[in-house]
Amino acid sequence: MKVLVTAKRVVDFNVNIRVLSDNTGVDLNNVKMSVNPFDEIAIEEAVRLKEAGKVEEVIVVSVGTSACQEQIRTALALGADRGILVETEEEMQPLGIARLLNAIVEKESPGLVILGKQAIDGDNSQTGPMLAAIAGMSQATFASQLEVGDGTATVTREVDGGLETITVKLPAVITTDLRLNEPRYASLPNIMKARRKQVDIYTPEDLAVDVAPRIKTLKVEPPPVRQAGVIVETVEELVDKLKNEAKVIT
Amino acid sequence: MSILVVAEHDNNAIKAPTLVAVAAAEEIGGNIEVLVAGSNCNGAGEAAAAVKGVSKVLVADNEAFDHQLAENIADLVAAIGKDYSHILTPTTTSGKNFMPRVAALLDVAQISDISGVVSEDTFERPIYAGNAIATVQSSDPIKVMTVRGTAFDGVAAEGGNAEMVSVDIVCDPGLSSWDKDEIAKLERPELTSANIIISGGRGMQNGENFALLESVADKLGAAMGASRAAVDAGFVPNDMQVGQTGKIVAPDLYIAVGISGAIQHLAGMKDSRVIVAINKDVDAPIFQVADYGLVADLFKAVPEFDSLLSE
Repeated sequence: MKVLVTAKRVVDFNVNIRVLSDNTGVDLNNVKMSVNPFDEIAIEEAVRLKEAGKVEEVIVVSVGTSACQEQIRTALALGADRGILVETEEEMQPLGIARLLNAIVEKESPGLVILGKQAIDGDNSQTGPMLAAIAGMSQATFASQLEVGDGTATVTREVDGGLETITVKLPAVITTDLRLNEPRYASLPNIMKARRKQVDIYTPEDLAVDVAPRIKTLKVEPPPVRQAGVIVETVEELVDKLKNEAKVIT
Repeated sequence: MSILVVAEHDNNAIKAPTLVAVAAAEEIGGNIEVLVAGSNCNGAGEAAAAVKGVSKVLVADNEAFDHQLAENIADLVAAIGKDYSHILTPTTTSGKNFMPRVAALLDVAQISDISGVVSEDTFERPIYAGNAIATVQSSDPIKVMTVRGTAFDGVAAEGGNAEMVSVDIVCDPGLSSWDKDEIAKLERPELTSANIIISGGRGMQNGENFALLESVADKLGAAMGASRAAVDAGFVPNDMQVGQTGKIVAPDLYIAVGISGAIQHLAGMKDSRVIVAINKDVDAPIFQVADYGLVADLFKAVPEFDSLLSE
């Protein structure tokens, strides 16, 4: 069985982003870019499935400019076997990405597609379920545990009230939550080896997929700033302020 | 315009975020109808019919819709929703699970987690963990959206008298099945609807120490939360996590204990009305958003806070 995983290129989670002064977006110049952390968890899970002998090949896909090769190489260094870049300069939105992934699914016929539950830039949390719908596949989002059986997968999901376990038929789309695993670091020999792994490049036109954006961003603004308040000296003072100034406790 | 709100419910009653989604629908304006899909869900249907501002409730009562399996619910919502201008549901783990599937089935984009309505096709939403707010415009014929639970004041749960209609569509492609739930029994208010929340972070050191916070929570009638660090360390279960990837909350009072204030945690609570931080590290970023900060050892300060509340 093949597994398809994704590696979205996003602003590194440690970067404090800055909104551009003309309100057209977020400043991406000279900002450290990384693999979306939830996708890293997806890559790790796929590599572990391969190490456990449950899958034969791990294919990593990224969609975006040629710079996304960097994120594909990172995934290859973590243990993915080969990469696919769908190269485009167009602004990519979840529905377009889901359609492109569906075209790759049709080519590769993976038994599982594992993606991050959301990307930390747009915070959309859409691509996994959209791909599942387009490909007619089952889905299990927010996975914190994944067991692959014979033709099915049993998935524990992190839901608002606690945990839910469901069984899905393969092929399935899985999206990862934080506690599915802890991704490894790439070793230097594996980083060297990753340079020689195969990466195929397609365009949306090659895949005959319309990726025209449906949503137009009119402006991007910084959120209202919250002013720091006061430092109280004692617990008594704190309780007094909460009762008599803020009036939030009685 | 006709707006369909897909209700979040437990078959007997509708949940508070549903009222928030109806409030967002009212801001868009138009005829508001609510879909209750579940199993033996007549109670939830009647509760939805009582919600102010709702003109019609569609009840799809079938075993196939028990446990809100995404494949089944999405097929149903897409079949019904194609006749509406907008389809809304709250941004909960359930909404986030089935709604993008609905959008793809209808071949439209989704606008996730809207925090404001500018016009019928233009909405505000947080991006980059709430560090930027985007105003976006949809060109699709049907606007499929999830609604941020803290961004609108929920409509009244009573005062409406909507017509109830049963829907006979059954969708079950047989792709997935429910095995079990491990749902924490709540003796306290739910995080997303509580007026007061007390949360612990890595500074709590272990799960047992959360008992300190429980005692305060009991006195204040507060819900209990936690930072991602505390959940990742195994101190407390995932359903307590507040933050970008956990629950987004905005209570009247948020008390952060032993929480440093990582960006992703702030993203989940910085819209709270009053924020209190108790932390021994004077440089902790949480103090930059706190209305009242107390630089102290939580193991001394929290019991003292607790005993002062008893007086």
